[in-house]
Amino acid sequence: MTENILEVRDLVKHYPVTRGVVFKKTIGHVKAVDGVSMELRSGETLGVVGESGCGKSTLARVLMNLERPTAGSVLYKGQDISKLSGGALRRLRRQIQLVMQDPYTSLNPRMTVGDLIGEPFEIHPDVAPRGSRRQKVKELLDLVGLNPEHINRYPHQFSGGQRQRIGIARALALRPEIIICDEPVSALDVSIQAQVMNLLEKLQDEFGLSYVFIAHDLSVVRHLSDRVAVMYLGKIVEIGTEDEIYERPTHPYTQALLSAVPVPDPTLRDQKAIIRLTGDVPSPVSPPSGCRFRTRCWKAQDVCAEQVPLLEIRSGSDHPSACHFAEKREIVATHEA
Amino acid sequence: MSDPSSASIVTTPPSTMPTEAGSGAPVDAGLPENARREKPRGLLGDAWRDLRRKPLFWISAAFILVFVVMAAFPWLFTGGDAVNGSLSNSQVKPSGDAWFGYDVQGRDVYARVIYGARASILVALVSTIGTLLIGGTIGMIAGYRGGWVDALLSRFADIFFGLPFVLGAIVILTTFNGADSNNNEWQIMGLVVMSLVVLSWPVVMRLMRSSVLATKEADYIVAARALGAGTGRIILKHLLPNCLAPLLVYGTILVGSFIGAEATLSFLGIGLKSPVVSWGIMISEAQNYIRISPFLLFFPAAFLVTAVLSFVMLGEAVREALDPKLR
Amino acid sequence: MSDILVTEQSKPGADGSGRPSGRLLEVEDLRVEFRTRDGVAKVINGVTYHVDAGETLAVLGESGSGKSVTAQTIMGILDTPPGFVTGGQVRFHGKDMLAMSAEERRRIRGEGIAMVFQDALSALNPVFTVGFQIAEQFRVRRGLSRADAKKRAIEMLDQVKIPNAKGRFSNYPHQFSGGMRQRAMIAMSLALDPEVLIADEPTTALDVTVQAQIMDLLAEMQRERQMGLILITHDLGVVADVADRIAVMYAGRIVEEANVYDLYAKPAHPYTIGLIDSIPRMDEKGQQLRTIKGLPPNLMNIPPGCPFNPRCPMAQPVCREKVPPLLQVGVSRASACHFAEELVNRD
Repeated sequence: MTENILEVRDLVKHYPVTRGVVFKKTIGHVKAVDGVSMELRSGETLGVVGESGCGKSTLARVLMNLERPTAGSVLYKGQDISKLSGGALRRLRRQIQLVMQDPYTSLNPRMTVGDLIGEPFEIHPDVAPRGSRRQKVKELLDLVGLNPEHINRYPHQFSGGQRQRIGIARALALRPEIIICDEPVSALDVSIQAQVMNLLEKLQDEFGLSYVFIAHDLSVVRHLSDRVAVMYLGKIVEIGTEDEIYERPTHPYTQALLSAVPVPDPTLRDQKAIIRLTGDVPSPVSPPSGCRFRTRCWKAQDVCAEQVPLLEIRSGSDHPSACHFAEKREIVATHEA
Repeated sequence: MSDPSSASIVTTPPSTMPTEAGSGAPVDAGLPENARREKPRGLLGDAWRDLRRKPLFWISAAFILVFVVMAAFPWLFTGGDAVNGSLSNSQVKPSGDAWFGYDVQGRDVYARVIYGARASILVALVSTIGTLLIGGTIGMIAGYRGGWVDALLSRFADIFFGLPFVLGAIVILTTFNGADSNNNEWQIMGLVVMSLVVLSWPVVMRLMRSSVLATKEADYIVAARALGAGTGRIILKHLLPNCLAPLLVYGTILVGSFIGAEATLSFLGIGLKSPVVSWGIMISEAQNYIRISPFLLFFPAAFLVTAVLSFVMLGEAVREALDPKLR
Repeated sequence: MSDILVTEQSKPGADGSGRPSGRLLEVEDLRVEFRTRDGVAKVINGVTYHVDAGETLAVLGESGSGKSVTAQTIMGILDTPPGFVTGGQVRFHGKDMLAMSAEERRRIRGEGIAMVFQDALSALNPVFTVGFQIAEQFRVRRGLSRADAKKRAIEMLDQVKIPNAKGRFSNYPHQFSGGMRQRAMIAMSLALDPEVLIADEPTTALDVTVQAQIMDLLAEMQRERQMGLILITHDLGVVADVADRIAVMYAGRIVEEANVYDLYAKPAHPYTIGLIDSIPRMDEKGQQLRTIKGLPPNLMNIPPGCPFNPRCPMAQPVCREKVPPLLQVGVSRASACHFAEELVNRD
């Protein structure tokens, strides 16, 4: 059956906040990711949504082993990858790849497309013999819908959407099993965004890839994801299948988030009940006690300040939610008329 | 820019990629013949192609070539004697016989200018290369490693940065090249180069460090790390090409200012000394006679300015060629 | 229907739908090009639109469509060089602003037309407090005393619902969160009570929950003050929520203009159709998104005929030859497509 290809257990990533130049003093910690557990199944897309500062990009970096977690573990097929280094880590890189958000900054401006897509082969020479690399690069270009004859061009000669395709080709070069997509379409225009999303879907079908799809755009995440995790201030507040999260959300934050998504249909203008959240996301240096969402939540009670709500299935619900008062609520806004 | 239809998914033919990872059987099908023959290109190759089309590059390169040949084989340009002269010719104006005239001691200015190129250009070039190498390397290490390494190297650089240039050079050169020392020409040049490098590297180091700090956080560096690239690859392939531009520009300016610095040190009597010939020595000697015989200052200064300008223009051309966005 | 097609270029939206009449701000046949060392980019190629008091016009377009450059030209903050206005008029209360002196234009800025930028952090000066920057306008433009200006500035901050406005008066921009900064920005642009507010992607940099707050605030301010609001955005969702009329831009032209309900119900230009189809929809999960093939044109080399023709699924030979003018199709809507009639009359 579907096995867990990637498992995250109680992952914590804190960044020290320091003062001073030579003699640094730690004056606090940014609790970017604070106890996240989830699993990615083989061949599925796990969406991670949340607003800026919720820790989703840090999560991507830790999953990619670009940062060491403060605590917790990331298991790839049962093996803790956060402790790997050297050759073992390099071998692992072949299995987990990254597509980054900004196609304008994520490609070295002084390398040709051929060099950029060929670089994975140079780093991992055993994947493709030297003579066949050029050919492989062209195949990859073709695969992502770019003209293979553009192999000698530089990134700035391409548009945003095309650059994102180059980034995808690079991630695909080593034939990984998992691709972490960190906001891969949020820098693109609507019409181009759709092209790239279609490409990601096509590649998943073709190569049986598993995606961790991180984004802030809820409709994009829904379109691609099988399961969705909602993050707020370094914690997952709700996780479930795409249907459970979008049709039957039980966490107040998920509900507010969904209700705030603008719907491209003017006729729904007056029917929508937007849950107006007040204020902004608190600082991750000193998050609120108990439930982190309580400062903006309309349901907040005393218990919310005292007890951290666990991410668990509560009565009347079919999926885990980290709210003491989790319950269903109709969110008109997410439904098409 | 590019064929719009090339980006469409709809037009993508079915993939011909082998499904097994690692089975590297080349699949040529579906690719046009000329696409396969086209030679792979890289940044340096493209930069060279670009340079070849620039008149600015050819002009400055031609001048520099002339100066370099002049420095290496001065006798190709003149049969005159740069060191000995006849006092009867003192301050004779330029004529068909001696194109640039004669100096106070009756030496042929043309011959001296030609022979002077060697010391001036050699000192300036070697000092520049040394400064860029040392400053660049230390700046790269400080910027890339960060933390206490950076703090230590930066403070170390600050010490040298704090030394006033002329004072520092006087201290170094009077210690090793005092009036009573009898160093030969090459030893003096080495000392001058050393003092210039020692006093100039902190600027280059700071340039490199700030440029590395800014580039290090770039997404493409993260992307390279995510691919598994090692430190060497990240520095050589990603950081260096993107951090080199400010250094190149500064380097070309350095060549010019080092020619001037060499002249200053000669003037102060602690750098190169007669009978060695350099443009700096000539300029400093000519100063006293600027009213009576301006040509004594004009010719070495003209050579100096031309040489400096050639290097600056070359630097500019190279910098533009190395930036694909300007192509 | 076909006789409408042959009518000359008409001003869409001029149907007098009960709103206060009298054109507040009109842009007519505006043309702007950017002269760079690589060549001349024709960024705006004859844009015509208007906004009335109390009305929200959404200018919708993707990057490079010219929507922001139009706004910059209206405000008179176009970078010249490289940008040059090569034709057209921008009329404010019937007077052509492009023909005015710099001093006259400066007077309109702020009091007549004000602008809210996408990135409030870079639009606010980091070395002055937010309060000072608002109060300064009252002192310089209205001649108020320091104390009065401060009082008015705090009122403004209060109006845009910044909690503890008094205390926030002396904070610097970086001490504000993204949403609060955008509120402060709105307070600043509304300080002199402008008649037209241009909001250039005001919520693009913000999170969804904050975006909803800011859009509410803008809508409320507009209602209260009966301003004309030009909302420049790429987000079809935001537009559907607040706009009265929509002008869709592509390659420096308006390709379609209609009221918001008509536009979403039955878009009359293939580009608009493609845009609306490209949005991931909740009810079609797992299927391929319908996309617009290809890329927007290079503005230095716009294809002949209809600029959309290389990407258009309906393109015919005529589209490669003749530029379709923006013509009225049906009531109070216009489209720049040779086949607009067929699109409007389809089922």
